[in-house]
Amino acid sequence: MAASESMTRSAEGEAARSRAAEFLLRRHYFRWPEALPWLIAIACFFVFPDRMTFGSQLLIMIMFALSLDLILGYAGIVTLGHAAFFGLGAYTVALASMKLGWTEPISGVFFGGAVAGLVGIVVGWFILRYRGLTLLMLTIAFAAMLQEGGNIRSDFTGGYDGLPGLTFDPLLGRFQYDLYGHTNYWYTLAALAVVFFVVRRIVYSPFGQALTGIRENVRRMHAIGSPVHRRLVTVYAISATIAGMAGALFTQTNAYVTLTVFDFDASAKVMVMLILGGTGRLYGAFLGAAVYMIFEDKLSKMSPTFWQFGIGLMLVLAVMFANRGLLGLGDKIRARLARWRAP
Amino acid sequence: MTAALDVKGLNRSFGALHVTRDVGLSLEKGARHALIGPNGAGKTTLVNLITGVLKPSSGNVLLNGEDITGWSQAERARRGLARTFQINQLFRGLTVLENLCMTIGERDSNCNNMWRSAGAKRAVIDEALDHLERLRLVDDALKLVRELPYGRQRLVEIAMALAQKPRVLLLDEPAAGVPSSETHLILDVVAALDPDIAVLIIEHDMDVVFRFAREITVLVQGAVFTTGTPDEIQRNEKVREVYLGQEHHHG
Repeated sequence: MAASESMTRSAEGEAARSRAAEFLLRRHYFRWPEALPWLIAIACFFVFPDRMTFGSQLLIMIMFALSLDLILGYAGIVTLGHAAFFGLGAYTVALASMKLGWTEPISGVFFGGAVAGLVGIVVGWFILRYRGLTLLMLTIAFAAMLQEGGNIRSDFTGGYDGLPGLTFDPLLGRFQYDLYGHTNYWYTLAALAVVFFVVRRIVYSPFGQALTGIRENVRRMHAIGSPVHRRLVTVYAISATIAGMAGALFTQTNAYVTLTVFDFDASAKVMVMLILGGTGRLYGAFLGAAVYMIFEDKLSKMSPTFWQFGIGLMLVLAVMFANRGLLGLGDKIRARLARWRAP
Repeated sequence: MTAALDVKGLNRSFGALHVTRDVGLSLEKGARHALIGPNGAGKTTLVNLITGVLKPSSGNVLLNGEDITGWSQAERARRGLARTFQINQLFRGLTVLENLCMTIGERDSNCNNMWRSAGAKRAVIDEALDHLERLRLVDDALKLVRELPYGRQRLVEIAMALAQKPRVLLLDEPAAGVPSSETHLILDVVAALDPDIAVLIIEHDMDVVFRFAREITVLVQGAVFTTGTPDEIQRNEKVREVYLGQEHHHG
């Protein structure tokens, strides 16, 4: 029957078919605007050579926000405790350097990511049976427990005074860390590029598609035979790994870490950045983190006491006029312009 | 021959409310079985018990002779038990084509792959388009589901279930919410289903039921009132009293 159908298919039907197929076949292709954030990052090195320490911190926040986008934007897991994994990576690297003498930076980042990822599997397996507010509370509770645990053993973790003066080997055994943070900037940029490439592959893979399915309609996913819990735990662990790597880079570039990395504020901030930029589209993490951190930097210099008012105002405006983030606002403006040009 | 689907002594209570009472039901391969009954008779609850959305308080569900009572929804689905929902359950923010590809991807366990691009498997896209073509949905392939009129969304709902290549298909009021001018589209699809699939349909429209079904089960207050051929059901005075008489005068 299928054969006779295809034989009687009209030329028009054939065209509609190939149009539809082309869309999916080409969707994951790289498009030129995607080079833009990387070109800007490279240009920044030459335009603001004395702001590279800030630049590294920004790149690390982008990586952290990207890890959140994977679970929040794609799989629809709402969490206000993602700093737990950032902090795990940060402390893994710090303690490995202090207690074990593991001072090689690149393997340290992978080690930090691995520890965070393994914890992500265990925690995810328990908490991802729940959704909505229950899940939200559990993520907050987990981060708070880690922080409090670190506080109890402050002899080991340095508590809120932190572990200062950490040392790491020169990068690749050659590049020393300079006062201006130039080495760190290229180091974090390279790490972000690698992580971004992996995340991009994942979201365009069949697995990534299944994640959007879980976000869009979990009842249907169960009905078509998807192992939903396994998928969620898997992506949670991947996201935890990336958050841990970002935390590891944070410790290495600052040579210092305190328990504030586990703060509720840190979890909330990364979520605000992502939502500000736009969720579920990768580049929202870049734009959101950049806008937020640059605003924060400028405002805190303008008014050291009231700068948070400016951040609050920006968020209110974003919620009112760009409820799908700045990238969503961009889409809206482009659609308006297109309509205006073609009456 | 083992039945494609066998339901034995199924009970389910929500607290003191006994919603499903000792229900037994059997579908042979290729069955065309209708489940009718007044509102609140427990029809959708029964579908949820069969598909594993709910766990029964007691009783068993057998798929091709295998006891699946303890299985999850997803395990049942992968073994060939598919359903449509009374109210559409689709990926509304994705395109129609993506909805179908997702179903095929999960059916064939493609979705375990994290590295290959989703568009790289041409065979999946082609199969998805075949399913859409059969339901005349190719022109809507690239539209988001939420942009489609409800009647066409209903067709996507059915296309999804068929893309699972089920051996047993449960249709929960497939024409519900569809404007009457478009119901024939749905009914044609239902009438043209693969004769090997065992189909259980829940439907309120008696014209549809009597045209489609070779066997009918009447459910009243959670229990099987009677089971029989369309003729037997039509002639049964008691069925007329509890159900047919109230809503439709048929024949």
